[in-house]
Amino acid sequence: MPTKGKVKGIISNLVTVEVDGPVAQNEICYISISDTRLMAEVLKVNRGNVFVQVFESTRGLKVGNDVEFTGYMLEVTLGPGLLSRNYDGLQNDLDKLTGVFLKRGEYNSPLDTEKLWDFKPLAKAGDKVEAASWLGEVDENHQPHKIMVPFVMEGEYTVKSIVAAGQYKINDTIAVITDTDGNDHNITMVQKWPVKKAINVHREKPRPFKLLETGVRTIDTANPIVEGGTGFIPGPFGTGKTVLQHAISKQAEADIVIMAACGERANEVVEIFVEFPELEDPHTGRKLMERTIIVANTSNMPVASREASVYTAMTIAEYYRAMGLKVLLMADSTSRWAQALREMSNRMEELPGQDAFPMDLSAIIGAFYSRAGFVYLKNGATGSITFIGTVSPAGGNLKEPVTEGTKKAARCFYALEQSRADRKRYPAVNPIESYSKYIEYPEFGEYIKTRINGDWIGKVNRMKTILQRGKEVQEQINILGDDGVPVDYHVTFWKSEVIDFVILQQDAFDKVDAMCPLNRQEFMLDLVMGICDTDYKFDTFLEVMEYFKRIINVCKQMNYAEYKSADFDKYLAELNTILDERKK
Amino acid sequence: MATKAFQKIYTKITQITKATCSLKATGVGNDELATVDGKLAQVVKIMDDDVTLQVFEGTEGIPTNAEVIFLGKAPSLKVSDQLAGRFFNAFGDPIDGGPEVEGVEVEIGGPSVNPVRRKQPSELIATGIAGIDLNNTLVSGQKIPFFADPDQPYNQVMANVALRAKADKIILGGMGLTNDDYLYFKNVFNDAGVLDRIVSFVNTTENPPVERLLIPDMALTAAEYFAVEKNQKVLVLLTDMTSYADALAIVSNRMDQIPSKDSMPGSLYSDLAKIYEKAVQFPDGGSITIIAVTTLSGGDITHAIPDNTGYITEGQLFLRRDSDIGKVIVDPFRSLSRLKQLVAGKKTREDHPQVMNAAVRLYADAANAKTKLENGFDLTDYDERTLAFAKDYSDKLLAIDVNIDTTEMLDVAWSLFRKHFKPEEVNIKQEFVEKYWSK
Repeated sequence: MPTKGKVKGIISNLVTVEVDGPVAQNEICYISISDTRLMAEVLKVNRGNVFVQVFESTRGLKVGNDVEFTGYMLEVTLGPGLLSRNYDGLQNDLDKLTGVFLKRGEYNSPLDTEKLWDFKPLAKAGDKVEAASWLGEVDENHQPHKIMVPFVMEGEYTVKSIVAAGQYKINDTIAVITDTDGNDHNITMVQKWPVKKAINVHREKPRPFKLLETGVRTIDTANPIVEGGTGFIPGPFGTGKTVLQHAISKQAEADIVIMAACGERANEVVEIFVEFPELEDPHTGRKLMERTIIVANTSNMPVASREASVYTAMTIAEYYRAMGLKVLLMADSTSRWAQALREMSNRMEELPGQDAFPMDLSAIIGAFYSRAGFVYLKNGATGSITFIGTVSPAGGNLKEPVTEGTKKAARCFYALEQSRADRKRYPAVNPIESYSKYIEYPEFGEYIKTRINGDWIGKVNRMKTILQRGKEVQEQINILGDDGVPVDYHVTFWKSEVIDFVILQQDAFDKVDAMCPLNRQEFMLDLVMGICDTDYKFDTFLEVMEYFKRIINVCKQMNYAEYKSADFDKYLAELNTILDERKK
Repeated sequence: MATKAFQKIYTKITQITKATCSLKATGVGNDELATVDGKLAQVVKIMDDDVTLQVFEGTEGIPTNAEVIFLGKAPSLKVSDQLAGRFFNAFGDPIDGGPEVEGVEVEIGGPSVNPVRRKQPSELIATGIAGIDLNNTLVSGQKIPFFADPDQPYNQVMANVALRAKADKIILGGMGLTNDDYLYFKNVFNDAGVLDRIVSFVNTTENPPVERLLIPDMALTAAEYFAVEKNQKVLVLLTDMTSYADALAIVSNRMDQIPSKDSMPGSLYSDLAKIYEKAVQFPDGGSITIIAVTTLSGGDITHAIPDNTGYITEGQLFLRRDSDIGKVIVDPFRSLSRLKQLVAGKKTREDHPQVMNAAVRLYADAANAKTKLENGFDLTDYDERTLAFAKDYSDKLLAIDVNIDTTEMLDVAWSLFRKHFKPEEVNIKQEFVEKYWSK
């Protein structure tokens, strides 16, 4: 018999419940209120009092209202049909909810139970299987969606029977498997998993090493992210965090993209809703929405389900990784999630850590990032979750707890900078502060050789040295004045400006420049490094500025032109003429 | 507020603080309204039969034996077309001497719009002010604050924007408004002959600060009525949201909550988001646009209030006095409209985005030149030209007294480029340069 209880106290969405039986930490319960039931999660148990956070508004809730516990934790439903859906943080299908306004207490089924799927068996009777073994597959928006032995099933099983290829609904039994004690278990195409637990069904999790191409030069060229890597983008508001994140999710060569809009602006989510069904996936030519899942818990939606939303998204990502797919997970923003934790910790009167955040914030962030990664599955296939989170540091101060906690957990750092944004140098990623640890991995060095000839990493490092040197020289020029330094200093500075304008800056709103494939990045880097490696003759610093501005202008026109088109070649020829003018 | 016969009256208050009082009571709902000694209050905490009430007017003079009556409902507003042209206080009671409004009673602070039911904002709001229309174009359904020091003329700019915006309804939510500013708005709307399009909810500095907490929800409940029921374009003006946040801090402090940054409650982000996210483009044509004011202290945007606001709103507009031209301008560096790309170059002329960026980039070069000048260095010819450009740009486009349409703004910008620069110095796509340079 499920445990029951009565409401005893209410402070905002923290409700105290008196119970008549056992309850578990993080167990889900439902609180009755007028004609509906509100979902809540157990946060703390103190003697007979259970503290639960309600995922919705508690307006009108009274002492004495009935509470019913469910016996399970917050779970997501996993099966074919997740792709191209828009969920809230608790995995309700937003499109199926009626009315313009969200009604509290309205929950629905995340998957379509009536749809028929073309099932093809992969296993046969007699096969030995375990949790996450592939039994069959269905075609979900052109992705091979594997039907797996549910992750909760421990130990070894033998396939007793499996259905023939054909059309089935998600709740149809597609296989029967027998455990070592001889008990039969019916397997359907759908399973459930508690979101706060990581799905660990792989054999090995090596260091990630394969480049994940994003088409964004300041990432791929300067600070690459890899399949299964982790990165974070902190940035004060107005520095182009969202534009950069959308660019990555549109262009990255991932099989599945999951976007967790966590406590951010509703209109930004609407932008995804509107654009993604229209935009073409640059890698397959199909619609972007076909490979995308959106978990939207915007800033005005209930705070408690904001926390749940990132876990919901991560669990869905793990599910697809277990099928051997490349998943890209974007969370915008993890600071909002941390703030949700802070609000609850505050209401529970826990002793606060720095800036009133909970003491274990850093550990929570670390544990979450560690769920990403590149894995070898037990059948030898590979899968990955690349996770990029944004952080919204309070007051633009990177010394705050969420940024610091994330810095320890993530391996790539894309520092968006106010002063770059002010000067409209987009993406406003500071090239010197930002880093990718992956570029130092020898495995990555080996891998990139299979994609690009020559000493790519050497070139990239040289580019960064020039940028660094350019910055130093600029500071000296600012102190000593334009004519207080040798003309050479100006040349060094302007070479770094060429890199900045041509490689680092990119127009996310131009249809050509927005996405720069790796081969084009290679071409442009070679071109720009060629310009930087050339010696020029100048008499005065004025000539330097004027000359390099012309170079930058032509190179920018190249970035706007289709690669290797007539226009592109025309600008390239023009550039070579300019270079010949002053080449030593 | 009239007492109904069957209502139970409590007369034993156990605890009183400056903003709250507690008593033993049963059958009370969370968020429910009550009157304490005739003053309006709201339930904020229930523990067994211990109920804590937040008293909006403050608890001055409340005795422990005061009458407490629970009203059985959350704060609400009666909505109908009769709201138009009226002035109300924070509780939705008329303050203009007119009759009570009749209509459907709606609880304020209602549910959020399902994000998949929102439409993408796409309608330009023309204000005639180039610092806004050219650089930071506004779109209906957007939410954007002015970040301004208290001495800047934000209320005047806001009133101008409201009048030019062609909204069906303008709803003013005044929080901690000085009586002078309140009368200013009243006069401006009256003189423009638009009073029938205005609904005002006003809490002036003469009213108790905690009452302010109701103003945004009152204003937005009225806005939702006109936008949802009547499919109207509604513009909501909220001034000043810093007063609102200060009131939040007072209440959370009285309730012994642990403060986070700048003594603000930890929930500040969510509290502000609940208000600002009411801005929406509805599928049936109605929309709510929010233009707010967040006053700063000495231009400091790292303070928790502007900082959290900036993360919620779709940009911000900065006002600054430009000493070179002696006028207030819309600062092109620190201002931003996040929705501008939905209309710029789409609803306006194709060259809009590039012209806007080029002008701001050149203005940034001028700022560098200025630093050089201040540090006593010689200026190059280019530096001199950027400085001359900056002055023209400031005067002809950024100043808040500009009132021209967007195409004219673009033409002015091109004429300034032509006057001060060579085509290759402006870094604009070749096709636009060819088309507009010598126009």
